[in-house]
Amino acid sequence: MHGLVNRAIQCFLRDTYGSATWSTVVETSNIGFNDFEAMFVYPDSVTVAVIESACKTLGKPADVILEDIGTYLVTHPNTESLRRLLRFGGETFEEFLYSLNDLKGRAQLALADIEIPNLTVEETAPGAFSIGVDFSQPGYIYAVMGVLRTMADDYGALVYLERGAREGTVERIEVFLLEASFAEGRSFDLAARQGA
Amino acid sequence: MTRQPLTMTNSVLDTLMPMHLLVSACGTIRRAGPTMSKLREGPLAGQAFSTLFTVRRSRRDPTGEESFIPLNQKLHLVFCDPPKTSLKGIAVPVLGSSDILINLSFGLSVVDAVTDYELNSADFAATEMAIEMLYLVEAKSAVLEETKQLNARLQGAKIAAEEQAYTDTLTGLKNRRAMDHVMERMTSSKVRFGLMHIDLDYFKSVNDTYGHAAGDAVLQTVGRILSEETRGDDMAARVGGDEFVLIFNRFTEVSRLVKTAERIIERLEVPTIWEDAQCRISGSIGITTSDFYDTPDVARMLADADAALYLSKDKGRACVSVHDPAVGQEAKGAPLGPPADRAGQQAGRLG
Repeated sequence: MHGLVNRAIQCFLRDTYGSATWSTVVETSNIGFNDFEAMFVYPDSVTVAVIESACKTLGKPADVILEDIGTYLVTHPNTESLRRLLRFGGETFEEFLYSLNDLKGRAQLALADIEIPNLTVEETAPGAFSIGVDFSQPGYIYAVMGVLRTMADDYGALVYLERGAREGTVERIEVFLLEASFAEGRSFDLAARQGA
Repeated sequence: MTRQPLTMTNSVLDTLMPMHLLVSACGTIRRAGPTMSKLREGPLAGQAFSTLFTVRRSRRDPTGEESFIPLNQKLHLVFCDPPKTSLKGIAVPVLGSSDILINLSFGLSVVDAVTDYELNSADFAATEMAIEMLYLVEAKSAVLEETKQLNARLQGAKIAAEEQAYTDTLTGLKNRRAMDHVMERMTSSKVRFGLMHIDLDYFKSVNDTYGHAAGDAVLQTVGRILSEETRGDDMAARVGGDEFVLIFNRFTEVSRLVKTAERIIERLEVPTIWEDAQCRISGSIGITTSDFYDTPDVARMLADADAALYLSKDKGRACVSVHDPAVGQEAKGAPLGPPADRAGQQAGRLG
């Protein structure tokens, strides 16, 4: 997988659980280096080994770790730029959901060799959306759920997420938008503030 | 005064929206903008909209009736036939007629589209950001490529630096740092291994008699012998001036380790020719293996191999001793015969 994805996993483990935990994961996963380089592409087996070691080290299942990674990606100050890119998706949480249709295309416009889940969003009933998540690696639906849950908070929307049925390689997330403006949400300005 | 509704000639429409489609209520394309026309062979006018395009529906139609083209909202179309370019835009009803006007653009597919359809800047509306977008994508890719190459170079330099930092430059063997690292890893991952500590005999007299250049030549010969006597996943390290450590990965059989050690001593005793001089050395060896310990400890194993080595020295050099976990140390393997011309070097050795 792309170095950026691997790097995100490393930063999540380091920022959330400390350098010692990351060192343990490095040792037990036998990846043979201490740090991921963001602009390299690594074999998928390396990422699998890191996630497996993280599960053993932290005593948590992969689903939980992946969902926490999703949350981390859009809340931690170190990854603020990613949250901003996602907020470019729209003014409201609903607009944001529809923008996910273009997410992979947009990401690949920036980095031609990045592999991220292909998302397809459909409105199934008023306030109900079904998101297809298509990815080569299993389990990343939880990372997407982590991102969605946290982005809903970011927009101040109240949502309920449910894992839907799986069709072939496509997993589904059912999103129920209970209230679009439930809370204040975090502010977003298209113009990036200097030094922010 | 009543306001005249805005009217547009076809040429104004083509200028402002070169990618527009005018579709009749029954779904037949009535006209297409000049850039739109470039995307398919033959005229688009007269063709049925739904045989050309698939509408990607994300939103439910709020009216509940699925019109064949959703109006007044973001519209996503995909060509049914290859190249299956995706288009984005918006469809609006035309005042005073039942036609639908659709204005389209490439969106994310613009990079592929310029290649697929050989488009140039005149094909885009003056207000379109397509050219700026293409420029940005190319500039970004060029910068990214440079960054990638820089990363690859730095990575190469890092590997080379690490390799150097682990290598004894004179002999090409690993150094003490590398040995510590490897032993630490092997003991913590519980890999069984044999450990051999070698100290050269009479090396000082070679240095004193023939000079440091001769000494260096001898050390290089020793380096070659030791790397030949070790396998790919073993390790030979120079850990001091004339001290060496060999680590045999998953090789702990004492009798075979002793045989290897004896063969090394025999080979060390073959004189190195330096200019006209025959430089003669030998070696004393102490052996231990991870099998001797319940929990092998790096410092302890090195100390035991060292103690066995000094037993070999005490026994008159050029011999092999094995650490005995029960009694401390016990010599195994008889001393080899002295090198042919050892007499002349005795003084140097004692001095």
